Amino acid sequence: MAIRRGRGVAAINYPTGMNLGGDPTQALVHSTPTGNFMVTLSSVDLGQGMKQIMAQICAEAIGVPTDRVVVDTADTDTGPHCMGTFASRGTHRAGNAVIQAAREARQVMLEVAAEELEVNASDLETDGQGNILVKGAPQKSISIFDVALSAHFKRGRSISGRGMFLIPRSYPEKETGAMKPSTCYAHACTVAEVEVDDETGEVTVLNVKNVFEIGRALNPKMVEQQLVGGSWMGISHALYETTEPYYPNRDHGGTDFNQYLMPGPGDLAQTEIIVLERPSADGPYGAKGPGEMCANPQIPAVANAVFDAVGVRIDTLPITPERILRALKAQAAN
Amino acid sequence: MAKVPVQFTLNGSEKAEFIDSGTTLLNALRDKIGDTSPKGGCHQGTCGACSVIVDGELRLSCLTLAETCNGASITTTSGLADGGVLHTLQRAFLDTFATQCGFCSPGMIIAAKVLLDHTPNPSREEVVEALSGNICRCTGYEPIIQAVLTAARSNSQNAA
Ligand code: FES
Ligand code: FES
Repeated sequence: MAIRRGRGVAAINYPTGMNLGGDPTQALVHSTPTGNFMVTLSSVDLGQGMKQIMAQICAEAIGVPTDRVVVDTADTDTGPHCMGTFASRGTHRAGNAVIQAAREARQVMLEVAAEELEVNASDLETDGQGNILVKGAPQKSISIFDVALSAHFKRGRSISGRGMFLIPRSYPEKETGAMKPSTCYAHACTVAEVEVDDETGEVTVLNVKNVFEIGRALNPKMVEQQLVGGSWMGISHALYETTEPYYPNRDHGGTDFNQYLMPGPGDLAQTEIIVLERPSADGPYGAKGPGEMCANPQIPAVANAVFDAVGVRIDTLPITPERILRALKAQAAN
Repeated sequence: MAKVPVQFTLNGSEKAEFIDSGTTLLNALRDKIGDTSPKGGCHQGTCGACSVIVDGELRLSCLTLAETCNGASITTTSGLADGGVLHTLQRAFLDTFATQCGFCSPGMIIAAKVLLDHTPNPSREEVVEALSGNICRCTGYEPIIQAVLTAARSNSQNAA
């Protein structure tokens, strides 16, 4: 009886968004009378930071500081249509819709500024600080605050834009069955090192090293925090979490989340995260969806590490001490 | 049912309410007094999201009857900032990106505050122990542990 060490590796591809009858998201952008910008969405921020990312995307596309943008995700009854925040689609789908809406609003904003400055709209640029300048003659400028006031009270223009991003449904080809379920994939690879006690079946994850390829990290610190949390959650899926330990038999199943196991702050594996940025062709500023995929590769990596340590293949999750001991027993019997 | 009076100090100001006997401190704070910073995660003492400080002690407000707090001094996360200046722990949670959905954050910050009040320079193990009654679904805990250690360091720098 001994503590045995093993190492496992796994790599995954993960689609961004889904393909069930088309995958649309709409966004609306409008300016307030004082030149702040409002993004209206029905997409929900689940805590992953969607509001911050949409504010950054809108600010970048219009050419204003991020703190000039307010994102409203209030109500699916009154907001523009969104399929929802799932399938790691939020940044990609809503982000593209926001870019389109913001560009349309920017165009109106430049037209109003052009009337005020008596130049052509195509000769104008934004400085990213809240001003519009004449290209090559920056002393000739107007603040976006004044442009918005003029649009609202003098020129009767609505500085606003509509955005729609749709990934159309892909049907399988009749001959080959080939189809394009997604236009954009994120990738990840994890190496996990574990110790397995072959007497108790207990698994300790010593460390995980993760590489994530996520398109462009629009907010690198927020990406990192999601990946760190996701890596923990992957280990949790691999070793702890289930509502149905003996499915389809309900025996010993939890009756509420108090009986739902997850690793706590004392059970953490040493975790390393490396981010690779390869901007996606159709993502907003190159972003992909890292949300769910970041909790995936740890699961097969841990299963492979357990196999490496004690020579049994556990193919049912979670990999509990009981499952390991039963497999070891079966192996010894053969 | 007859209402019972409760009166205590919340984040430095006097509060008095009539409540149904048996109301938890969590429900009294959130529904009667309007301080929604303690969160109701499980309502049975296992998640830590409802943590508050009662007379200097860490308490789960979902398991504390409000009427037992008569005359007590209660601190919640909403009382930590000094005007516009965030508490060191709040600052550290922000700076180290230790919050995602934020549901656990008030309880984590309160648990960490009680730790630092008693142990200004905790070891990592002491931080882990102090947070082990609080559940987080999002962060993987490491950023929270780092936030508490960061806050302890900046406290001792400010004291030096
Ligand atoms: S709500 Fe009090 S411990 Fe969960
Ligand atoms: S940040 Fe979401 S539960 Fe901790």
